[in-house]
Amino acid sequence: MTTLTDIPQSQGFRLSQLIYDTRYRSITIQVIVFIAFMLVGWILVRNVTINLANLGKEIDFTFLRNPSNYDIQQTLIEYDSTSSNFRAAMVGLLNTLLVAFLGCILATLVGVTAGVLRLSKNWLVAKVMTVYVETFRNIPVVIWIIATMAVLSEALPQPSAFRGETPTASMWLWDTVAVTNRGTYIPMPVWGAGSVFVIVTFLLSLLALWSFGKWAQRRFEATGQILPTAWIKLAIFIAPTLLVYLALGAPITFDSPALKGFNFQGGIQLSNSMIALWLALSIYTGAFIAEIVRSGILAVSKGQTEAAFALGIRPSRTMNLVILPQALRVIIPPLISQFLNLTKNSSLALAVGYQDLRATLGGTTMNNTGRELECMLLMMLIYLIVSLIISSGMNVYNKSMKLKER
Amino acid sequence: MVKQNSTIAYVRSEILEQQPAPRGQVGASKWVRENLFSGWFNTILTLVSLYLVFTLLQALVPWAFGGVWTADSLQECRAILNERYGNTHHACWAVINERWNQIVYGTFFPSTEYWRTHVAFVLLILAILPVLFDALPRKMMWITMAYPFVMVWLIWGGSLWGPISVAVGFGIAYFTASVAARYLGSGLTALVSAVAAFVWWMILGPIVVSALNDTMPLLALREIQSRELGGFVISVIIGVSGIALSLPLGIILALGRQSDLPLVKMICVGFIEFLRGVPLITLLFTASLLLNYFLPPDTEFDLTLRVIVMVTLFSSAYMAEVIRGGLAALPKGQYEAADALGLDYWKAQRLIIMPQALKISIPGIVNTFIGLFKDTTLVFFIGIFDMLAAAQAIRANSAWNGITWELYIFIGLIFWVCCFSMSRYSQWLERKLRTDHR
Amino acid sequence: MKKSVFLGALTMAGLAAGAAMAQDSSTLAAVQERGALKCGVNPGTPGFAAPDANGKYIGFDVDLCRAVAAAVLGDAEKVEYTPLTSAVRFTALASGEVDMLARNTTWTFSRDVDLKNTFVGVNYYDGQGFMVPKALGVSSAKELAGATVCIETGTTTELNLADYFRVNNMDYEPVPVESFTEAQTQFLAGACDVYTTDASALAASRASFETPEAYVVLPEIISKEPLGPLVRHGDDNWGDIVRWTLNAMVTAEEFGVTSANAPELVKGTENPEINRLLGVEGELGAMLGLDNAWAYNVITQVGNYGESFEKNIGENTPVGLARGLNALWTEGGLIYSPPFR
Repeated sequence: MTTLTDIPQSQGFRLSQLIYDTRYRSITIQVIVFIAFMLVGWILVRNVTINLANLGKEIDFTFLRNPSNYDIQQTLIEYDSTSSNFRAAMVGLLNTLLVAFLGCILATLVGVTAGVLRLSKNWLVAKVMTVYVETFRNIPVVIWIIATMAVLSEALPQPSAFRGETPTASMWLWDTVAVTNRGTYIPMPVWGAGSVFVIVTFLLSLLALWSFGKWAQRRFEATGQILPTAWIKLAIFIAPTLLVYLALGAPITFDSPALKGFNFQGGIQLSNSMIALWLALSIYTGAFIAEIVRSGILAVSKGQTEAAFALGIRPSRTMNLVILPQALRVIIPPLISQFLNLTKNSSLALAVGYQDLRATLGGTTMNNTGRELECMLLMMLIYLIVSLIISSGMNVYNKSMKLKER
Repeated sequence: MVKQNSTIAYVRSEILEQQPAPRGQVGASKWVRENLFSGWFNTILTLVSLYLVFTLLQALVPWAFGGVWTADSLQECRAILNERYGNTHHACWAVINERWNQIVYGTFFPSTEYWRTHVAFVLLILAILPVLFDALPRKMMWITMAYPFVMVWLIWGGSLWGPISVAVGFGIAYFTASVAARYLGSGLTALVSAVAAFVWWMILGPIVVSALNDTMPLLALREIQSRELGGFVISVIIGVSGIALSLPLGIILALGRQSDLPLVKMICVGFIEFLRGVPLITLLFTASLLLNYFLPPDTEFDLTLRVIVMVTLFSSAYMAEVIRGGLAALPKGQYEAADALGLDYWKAQRLIIMPQALKISIPGIVNTFIGLFKDTTLVFFIGIFDMLAAAQAIRANSAWNGITWELYIFIGLIFWVCCFSMSRYSQWLERKLRTDHR
Repeated sequence: MKKSVFLGALTMAGLAAGAAMAQDSSTLAAVQERGALKCGVNPGTPGFAAPDANGKYIGFDVDLCRAVAAAVLGDAEKVEYTPLTSAVRFTALASGEVDMLARNTTWTFSRDVDLKNTFVGVNYYDGQGFMVPKALGVSSAKELAGATVCIETGTTTELNLADYFRVNNMDYEPVPVESFTEAQTQFLAGACDVYTTDASALAASRASFETPEAYVVLPEIISKEPLGPLVRHGDDNWGDIVRWTLNAMVTAEEFGVTSANAPELVKGTENPEINRLLGVEGELGAMLGLDNAWAYNVITQVGNYGESFEKNIGENTPVGLARGLNALWTEGGLIYSPPFR
């Protein structure tokens, strides 16, 4: 504010200044807002208290310690029907996070592929990808989830089809993977004695890979020589682990699923509900990511490519060194918010009966204990924390990638 | 020009006739080669996509176009297919035909009143058109303004006096505002007109309406309860109300988030982040399970209305973020120019900031609308009888037990048409409003 | 822009006009004032509660709603049905969204005591059973170790199932589904070996299959499932009305009062209990705060317990349930009403 020529003489404080004087008005408004906010909050709390009292209930979280009395189809941590409701909620949360994590990976793969191919000079491929994006984006994800589940449970063979003299279905990949309409069974690694050495070797070779890459980069910057890193990297990645594995007499074996009784036993079972949810969420979100990737690449001005070519940089290096770093700055923030959407959409698991957080804490536990208020509040709080963690990741990225303007 | 006598053998003396370009360099073959087979990688891609498209079409086209359109049950439909083709690998569209009413109007909507939804739908289009295309006569805006009241009356029924009374409340607010604006500042004007309208709606209006209803009910239609609504109708009702309500709310939240007042900003940020942080389905469950805990005892609050409120709140938080992006993208000079012109906060927002910010955010806004409309499918999980619930009920019925694809494809198609046209409209509008880069 | 803001506000107010706000003190007064009973029912179990082709709810549980409407309002048609999933039913009742639940709900200690509901009686004695495809070659539930079981979540069946397999030291894989329909679809598609729910619902479900003979219901009944109507805790008078409506239907069957002969019997009979039931003698209706012809209305408009049973789920219907435990006590069953006195 610059100096005013005629500063009004102080005439003492008048009540109307609260409204007309910009110095006080903001305080007045805030006081009013504060009072209104507190009033609304008080009314809500009062209503809850009265309603709970009328129903003879009170807010009580002790039910979390009581046994849950129900079973869960897929458990990442140890759990049975005598475990507590809290543990059931944790199993659900882990299931949510698992499907969200797998979904984010697959959605990114699908989305980046589709986004890049949509820009392809190949007319047919570009059109096919456009059709994919426009079809999936414009139809609700619930319908995709239900439809995927219907495909899986109606089109895939039942376990009984694998049985008998002339089975109508057969397992895949040399009898190690069984795809049925109840789920997909894949081999499970069995960690024998000495397998820890194999893993340690593998981790060490990863470390070596990383430091070799650093070294090659430094050498390139110092001398300008480009080493043929790809083959060396591949060797570092495979050779030590393989050697140790063979030297120790193949300590890691695989337990393949086999048809026993009603179902396939052994191996790792991926339930159909999870696969349906995972595929549907990934392909749906992939369509959005494709659009983000496409617009990100288009946002890098054409001059950048031309400049890179003018400098004699090869097209692949132009992509890696010039286009991508700039496109990523545009792509990453909306990409993370798509991850957030995918995580939240995983609550649509209830369309296929995948037991995520909503199905355990906000489903069976809530029904059996009748603690709607506590369960719903707790569930929202957990989702909120997960979302805030993801979006704070985005903020950190945004800060680090902010254009350094000088 | 004098014709030179050529003496050197290898120098052509005359100019050659212009030749057509080689076969491979023109027309379709050139296009095909450049666009589809320019290199081994592209060739592979082309072949793979050709194979995929071909397989898909080969499976889908005979299935879809060879379908049966009239049958009373799946068994009957399959019998017809067996007779016609000797197999059942064709669609039974008959289910759409036979259960059309259930899918479109829901199971419980009285069939004698279907015309009301038709009228409401036609009016909806008439009301939306002037908002979408400003080339249309501005007088049509009157339809738009009257539409919410007419829609409520048409769908829920009862006498027309109720909606008219609500409209009168707005009239009073407008009148009071135009009178008060001569004497008061904009903040106080808004307050006074809000109070006037409130007094009418809460105290005077209901008295007048009940008196009028007793003496001369106006065009009273049969009352329809919210839970009788269903199918596509309920999706449109929830979607359209959500869209109409979430934009203004989103603008307010976005302004609140940009506000200089720390408390207002804090409340808006908390509100937005909370709504964006939880899945919509938990909010809908809250609406159906918990809302009664937060309301005064013995309050009845229609489930459909609760859902509309929740859907609106949810998408208004997204809307606020989209508009905030638009506000942030606006050069600071625009704000300073508004200040320099001596406009107060609301005037500056209305005349300078918002028109530009909203224009920038059109794609985001329409995407939010599309998301909202797609999200209306979630109401199925809390027991509202939308199209998905209708599909489930049809599949449960013994006549159509075992049908899946026809129903979900049909429902998907309806959503696709709605959402795709919305996104096309937004692209058109974006192009039309683009004032730079001419 | 101003216009869209205005439009939005218009719609909001328009919708607010559609909302109804009401205050009520007792459920009976509220129902009478509203002129309709709000009854929570199952969204679709054939025979018990399911909409017919015209979207009108019919079934054994629905008849109970109609009976209460007949008793309270004198017209069995004055019912607003609210289809409720098993997940939301108790909340809907507690929040006043419905006046009563007639939604095959199992009477358990914790639901009665901890969840603050009032169960007013049992209209169907059920138990949890298993259904398997005949091709599986299973004849007893004890052979189900390792099976995949379709189960509706949020029900007591889920808990019984966990207990049963635990007690018998068998493992199993639950396939949770959200609704009866979905369970049926999954079961028919072979996504699970076994479908478990109340035996009555199993029978109803099997009846609706294309080839019912390809499926068998196993003989084991693993739980007691007394299904009955319930009301909110704390409104005893309303609870009495629902309880005695059910009892009136049972008593009517016991004394041979049917919808056909009630108009005749209401002229007066030798049997004082029939007279009291039909309101010829005494003031039983007034004690409940109802018209004295309340039970007469129930019987003429809905029928007695046996009639309702035969009409909806009896052996001549597609559901085809035998009376079994649900025969009158005089015929060796458990259906018993306290005397009308």
